[in-house]
Amino acid sequence: MVSSPPLPYRCNLEPPDREPMSLALIVMLPFLGAILPALMIRAGRNACATSTFTVTLLAFLLLMTHAPTVLRGEIVHARWEWVPQLGLNVNFFLDGLGFFFAGLILGIGLLIITYARFYLAKEDPMGSFYSYLLLFQGAMVGIVLSDNILLLLVFWELTSLSSFLLIGYWKHLPEGRQGARMALTITGAGGLSMIAGMLILGDIAGSYDLSVILQHKEAIQASPLYLPALILILGGCFTKSAQFPFHFWLPHAMAAPTPVSAYLHSATMVKAGLFLMARLWPVLASTDEWFYLVATTGLITMLIGAWIALFKDDLKGLLAFSTVSHLGLITFLLGLGSPMAAVAAVFHILNHATFKAALFMNAGIVDHETGTRDINKLGGLMALMPISGTLAMIAAASMAGVPLLNGFLSKEMMLEEAAHTAWLGNDWIVPALATLAACFSVAYSFRYIVHVYFGKPAGETPRHPHDPPFGMWGPPTLLVVLVVLIGLFPATIAGPLLATVASAVIGGPLPDYHLAIWHGLTPALGMSAVAVVVGLSLLMAYTRVRRGWAAGPHPEAKAIFQGTLAAAVRLAQIITHGLHNGSLQRHLAFTVGAAVVLGFVAFATATHAPGTRPLLPATPVAVIVWLLLVGATLAVVLLHRQRLTALIAVGVIGMVVSLSFVYLSAPDLALTQISVEVVTVILILLALNFLPKATPNESSTSRRLRDGLIATLAGLGVGGATWAMTTRPGETLSGYYLEQSLPGGGGTNVVNVILVDFRGFDTFGEIIVLGIAALIIYALLDGATRGAVGRKLAAWQPDQQRAADRHPLMMVVATRVMLPLALLVGAFIFLRGHNVPGGGFIAGLIVAIALIMQYMASGYSWAAQRMKVDYHALIGSGVLIAAATGAVSWLTDHPFLTSAFGHFHLPLIGEFELASAMAFDTGVFLTVIGATMLALANLSRIGCLAETLPLQEAAMEPDLRRTHPAPGEH
Amino acid sequence: MEFLLSSAIGLLTAGGVYLILRARTYPVVLGLSLLSYATNLFLFATGRLVLDQPPVISTLATGYTDPLPQALVLTAIVISFGMTAVIVVMALRSYLENGSDHVDAPAPDEALP
Repeated sequence: MVSSPPLPYRCNLEPPDREPMSLALIVMLPFLGAILPALMIRAGRNACATSTFTVTLLAFLLLMTHAPTVLRGEIVHARWEWVPQLGLNVNFFLDGLGFFFAGLILGIGLLIITYARFYLAKEDPMGSFYSYLLLFQGAMVGIVLSDNILLLLVFWELTSLSSFLLIGYWKHLPEGRQGARMALTITGAGGLSMIAGMLILGDIAGSYDLSVILQHKEAIQASPLYLPALILILGGCFTKSAQFPFHFWLPHAMAAPTPVSAYLHSATMVKAGLFLMARLWPVLASTDEWFYLVATTGLITMLIGAWIALFKDDLKGLLAFSTVSHLGLITFLLGLGSPMAAVAAVFHILNHATFKAALFMNAGIVDHETGTRDINKLGGLMALMPISGTLAMIAAASMAGVPLLNGFLSKEMMLEEAAHTAWLGNDWIVPALATLAACFSVAYSFRYIVHVYFGKPAGETPRHPHDPPFGMWGPPTLLVVLVVLIGLFPATIAGPLLATVASAVIGGPLPDYHLAIWHGLTPALGMSAVAVVVGLSLLMAYTRVRRGWAAGPHPEAKAIFQGTLAAAVRLAQIITHGLHNGSLQRHLAFTVGAAVVLGFVAFATATHAPGTRPLLPATPVAVIVWLLLVGATLAVVLLHRQRLTALIAVGVIGMVVSLSFVYLSAPDLALTQISVEVVTVILILLALNFLPKATPNESSTSRRLRDGLIATLAGLGVGGATWAMTTRPGETLSGYYLEQSLPGGGGTNVVNVILVDFRGFDTFGEIIVLGIAALIIYALLDGATRGAVGRKLAAWQPDQQRAADRHPLMMVVATRVMLPLALLVGAFIFLRGHNVPGGGFIAGLIVAIALIMQYMASGYSWAAQRMKVDYHALIGSGVLIAAATGAVSWLTDHPFLTSAFGHFHLPLIGEFELASAMAFDTGVFLTVIGATMLALANLSRIGCLAETLPLQEAAMEPDLRRTHPAPGEH
Repeated sequence: MEFLLSSAIGLLTAGGVYLILRARTYPVVLGLSLLSYATNLFLFATGRLVLDQPPVISTLATGYTDPLPQALVLTAIVISFGMTAVIVVMALRSYLENGSDHVDAPAPDEALP
């Protein structure tokens, strides 16, 4: 049973900030240094490896400067605010647990960097390898030092991404790519789950800072959201630490280069999940939920991993499953929830990191030297590679739990804990399963030694093996020395560190424990003895055991995973292609249909009551105008096949809308609408010149009925919504604008003041959009003048009778006389805009209309020759003027687009007002002219190109157009 | 008055939706225009309907209508012009390239005259 008294977390709220910068540097150094190997590779492989080593060494030394503080039991903090509104802060803290993990990551990192220098082949790009490795290292250190769980999540995701790069490092191997993708999918999904869990946890504790969360054990465990948060967080931990049933990605990640496997998949990344369980142990553990979820998963994983490892022929596969098994062991210990088990868990993390990293490097040596990792092809290597063989023997023996080595000590502690654990009231099941797992563990560990280094060689290996250079066997030797030293003198070597780390995990007083080789005749010793005997017998009878195993079922996790993935993709394809198969009609029908359904659902689930706002009377004039609109709309819909007629009807609608604006107190809108209307009709007419003049009747009746139904429902919905809204009173923030328009903005036309002053930033965005739209149009049309389309245009035959009088005299004269007048009106409308209806938008449109009239009346060539303005530059200068007006306010330390105005007096003219908003409005004005003219002039240019005409010298020259212009004549 | 405006907006929406579901680019352009009218009128109506009270500060005014929707709609009108222009030109270019003004792909038996 789980029983552990609630322990008060040591009070460490505000310890003195000691060299906080160096803490952040430990995390940042690998990230900053990641650029170095990529650059240094140009100076050679040694320079590349040395620079990487130096970066890590610096970080490691920085970490070690904190060692005395941490070993005294103090905690180092460093805080910066990042996004305080979200509770996301760059807070780091270094306590025993973080120190221990950071030491493992950086220390083993140093060994791996050395080893990889000699492991990587000449053709492997070493620069990117070390860059990825440093990125990964930085992310890992970030995880273990984060005090803010949101920051921790950021680093957590970074480890998933950087490990993806590392696993897929050999891009040319399909296994590498598949393994990387699988790892990313599984750990990424786990990461998402953890984000949710962490957010819940932070919400319960009221803070995202770990040091605060860790003090709210009671609140968290009493919360109804405790179980969901626990399950979600464990989802992240279990996937990362390859716990059953998510264990299968780890062996496939072994497609990575061996240094990566040794680093990520033995010592660091897979420990991230364990780290987090240990980190949150004080607040999450010691409940029944925790025990049954975590301890059970750990026990099953330990058993299954060990069983599969026994039958793996690939050396790295064997080690991978053994890692899965050992991760399960540690998870099991953490899951027990007792302080003693937590001590054992921490101890085993240390021991496992030492012997397993050494073994992975050993497997890499064997692979490197013989050219194969297949156990069936290996054997008798002891004679050829005595150094490697000895190292492998010691490390594997430690993994098996042979006395006098460190693996024995922590495994004894695990068995001792298991012996006292009941599961659902059952006293023997946990000890029995733990012993069984230990038996398999002994068997596969000795298989690694016996089948690889002893016996007779199975045959010729691809390469003739001998011991590798020192660079490759040096790092594992260092680890093996540690294995032995800790095994012999546990209390001296590992004691102080273990005490610091364990008290950080437990968050309370340490249990009474003794690190010693001999504890007397304990149950654990008996279980160990059973494990060694059974394990060795299993190995003796390996051929028979193997036959029995081969007869059983072997679910292939990779196939299941890929099958699931393929099914998900198929489902997504069915849905996506069903909704969106490339047909615009189908896509729009679904989009509008979905909006209609959502709207009606919302309507049906709301309360219904008539509005209370007094209605305006419908005057006879209003009704007549309404009838006009109804008629015009019906005409557009019914006669849309006759394109010109439909366009005229659209024009009528535009007029009615303008009139409505006049009637309903919106003079600015009326002016804008009417000028836009003119420009739009001209534009569509210019385009219609080329497009077919009629639409064929090709929709089936059922299609038209379906569309009619969707359209009717949409119309009813929108109309009903408008009715509901306009018959209810509504309050907006407009009171402020009305009050402040004159005193604050210096103008009486509130709409214009809002546009150029209050909401100037919005308007700034709008004119940029307008400019972009014009440039798109230019790009589309300019491209049409060249290539195949250009040739088509040059050979264009008009499909309509052309008027004999191409540029009617009356029209030419009228537009030219009107031009100055129209420009004057534009200027007038622009200048008065701040106080009475008008402004940059409307004035710009009016001027554009005046100009385009010249194109229409006198022809493109004539007008283009005389219009010396570059419309691109006009758009650009408009936007720049608006931006500059806004930026001026920075000079006086005001925010962007702060406005100013003043009244001035000039002789003859009298009192007048100048506002900075005026300059802004000038920008709007110029952009609108530029955008409109760029679009229209280029459409005219296309027309001109198509109707190949000799250039007219004078506009009123008689028309020289022939009925069939020869192509290419210009 | 409210009913007239609401029904007009509804009718414009219905017409616009029907037209954008057609198979040729030109009706789609017209449909988008109708939808723009409907949307702009709807946005405008969020300020409620008010007669003879334009939002121009004056000593003679008896009251003011809501200026904010008007400012929003003013830019919306200009932007919808820009959008219409882009779509018209896209339709034109697509017709010139493909020899068909079908919204999806050129019909095989049609060629540029």
